Amino acid sequence: MNNERPPRRPVDNDDNTNQDTRKSGEPLLRIQSLCKSFGDTRAVDGVDLSLPRGSVFGLLGPNGAGKTTIVRMLATLLRPDSGRITVGGHDTATEPEAVRRSIGLSGQFASVDEKLTGAENLYLVGRLYGMSRRTARSRAAEMLGRFRLTEAADRRAQHYSGGMRRRLDLAGALLARPELVVLDEPTTGLDPRSRMDTWEIIGELVAEGATVLLTTQYLEEADRLAGRIAVLSAGRIVERGTPDQLKARTGGQRLDVTVPSEELEVTAGILGALAQSTPAVDPVNRRVEVAVPHGRSAMTEALRRFAEAGIEPLDMALRRATLDDVFLALTEEPSPEPDRAGELTP
Amino acid sequence: MTTLLRVGRDAHIIAWRNLLNLRRTPGTLLTSTAQPIMFVLLLAYVFGGSLGGDAYREFLMGGIFAQTMAFNAAFTTIGFANDLQRGFVDRLRALPMSRVAVIIGRTTSDLSASMVSLVVTSLCGLAVGWRIRGSALDAVLAYLLILLFAFAMSWVGAWIGLIAPSVEVAMSAGLIWLFPVTFISSGFVSVSAMPSGLSAIAEWNPITAVAGATRTLFGNPTPANLPQPVGWPAEHAALYTVLCSVAIIAVFLPLAAARYRRVATR
Ligand SMILES: Nc1ncnc2c1ncn2[C@@H]1O[C@H](COP(=O)(O)OP(=O)(O)OP(=O)(O)O)[C@@H](O)[C@H]1O
Ligand SMILES: [Mg+2]
Repeated sequence: MNNERPPRRPVDNDDNTNQDTRKSGEPLLRIQSLCKSFGDTRAVDGVDLSLPRGSVFGLLGPNGAGKTTIVRMLATLLRPDSGRITVGGHDTATEPEAVRRSIGLSGQFASVDEKLTGAENLYLVGRLYGMSRRTARSRAAEMLGRFRLTEAADRRAQHYSGGMRRRLDLAGALLARPELVVLDEPTTGLDPRSRMDTWEIIGELVAEGATVLLTTQYLEEADRLAGRIAVLSAGRIVERGTPDQLKARTGGQRLDVTVPSEELEVTAGILGALAQSTPAVDPVNRRVEVAVPHGRSAMTEALRRFAEAGIEPLDMALRRATLDDVFLALTEEPSPEPDRAGELTP
Repeated sequence: MTTLLRVGRDAHIIAWRNLLNLRRTPGTLLTSTAQPIMFVLLLAYVFGGSLGGDAYREFLMGGIFAQTMAFNAAFTTIGFANDLQRGFVDRLRALPMSRVAVIIGRTTSDLSASMVSLVVTSLCGLAVGWRIRGSALDAVLAYLLILLFAFAMSWVGAWIGLIAPSVEVAMSAGLIWLFPVTFISSGFVSVSAMPSGLSAIAEWNPITAVAGATRTLFGNPTPANLPQPVGWPAEHAALYTVLCSVAIIAVFLPLAAARYRRVATR
């Protein structure tokens, strides 16, 4: 890759580029009281968001929370029932064209053209962003390299694996160096290596000054990439803040300890004191579980205190907080999770 | 002007993509060429025997050309329905490109599919005894007229493809309307033998005009045993074909464009 920084907008397309989109200070993306219903389903129910330039925002939510619906409205694919979305000062309702020029979208389901090769797919996208043949071809080659698809460049996308398609779709979203990159569950269906690669690329994008909105079901991913997170549930934002703020409220990881029945109470006491929150006790499975902000140190400390108290855990595991945990924590409900007990006992 | 240039440029890119798709899916082109072959053979030998033999077979080809071009509208319908279903249209809708270019790209790439089936149909006609008996210039005009009509019908197909809720519906809906449209015409029989209501429709049916105009331009006479065509559309067949084609485009281009704009915004 060359080090020379090309302009962030497609080069051949700046005939009607609005200069005022570069005004600093004002957020790049602003969503105001956005609502969308499908029949009786309130898919998005009064969402407010704003993204400053150069930031990465994670929209976190379980299935059906309304993430894709927000993304589609923002990408001008769906009309909101009410509310307003502006990208770089351009309203999606009145200036959709300008909005489309500013964003690069990778939808939840990779929409690559099966009959076209990887290189042809990207060339097509580049040309439709207004690039010249040459620019489109060289950008396509560059992006294929970046997403480790060079070898598969001349194979038809129909022979790609799911992960390769996903990467090709991502490459399409980033091809024209859009101001706002919108990624709907960018790592769903990727293997660990591809996931790490994608994270790395998003990291590079941010370093280059791009603004990214990504949706995910994984707290870990939002934590890793996003400076700020909003948790979406049933179309509403139920929590927002930096990953640290969120973790402080919900616990970044969970410490799970199985002990002999008679030691349950003492264990719960130790873990409660350690994590400074109330642990969940599951007497049937003789299990105590607690949210801890810093997993490894909590584990070490717990082991030390167990040794002091003469407790010998039958099983002890650290797992990352799942969205379930976040939601349960957010709604202040205990988390018995009896269905997960089986996994933990050896 | 810049908008027009942009539409042309984007349409060209979309057409390039459609043609690549077409070339890599040989099955679709095969169906669209097999069908005129089948119709030529069926009508030439099943009907031809009782309707006038060689003279009928020569007469028949005008109708076959018109019908084949009309049926290519289904090609556009299915192409669009597929692109919608596979999310390709959504992909395009998020890009800063001309919207109407997506439809123009499709109708123009389908025009080249029509050219292929036109060649196949002509060869098939030659095999059953049809000949170009007029001047070379008239023959060229006939082919241009046929292609103009094919292009116009493609816009109808585009609109149907965009309103169809699924590929399955598009496949049947895209074909079914073409049967009455192509058969209630002078494509294969004489209009005057039909019941009066039907014959009025058939007389003004663009298919009748296309069939009549190509017969005149190719120098293929109506057999003596069939009544000679009468009425304004028959007497000005070429002009009427052009008028119909322009009218069809004028109606269905905005309809399809409006539909495209709305299609994923549901
Ligand atoms: N076109 C549609 N018609 C009807 N209902 C819809 C439509 N699109 C979304 N919904 C409904 O809106 C709600 C939000 O859906 P959405 O796809 O935005 O969720 P999501 O957060 O993206 O979920 P996932 O993680 O599964 O992708 C769901 O209840 C869904 O059933
Ligand atoms: Mg989704």
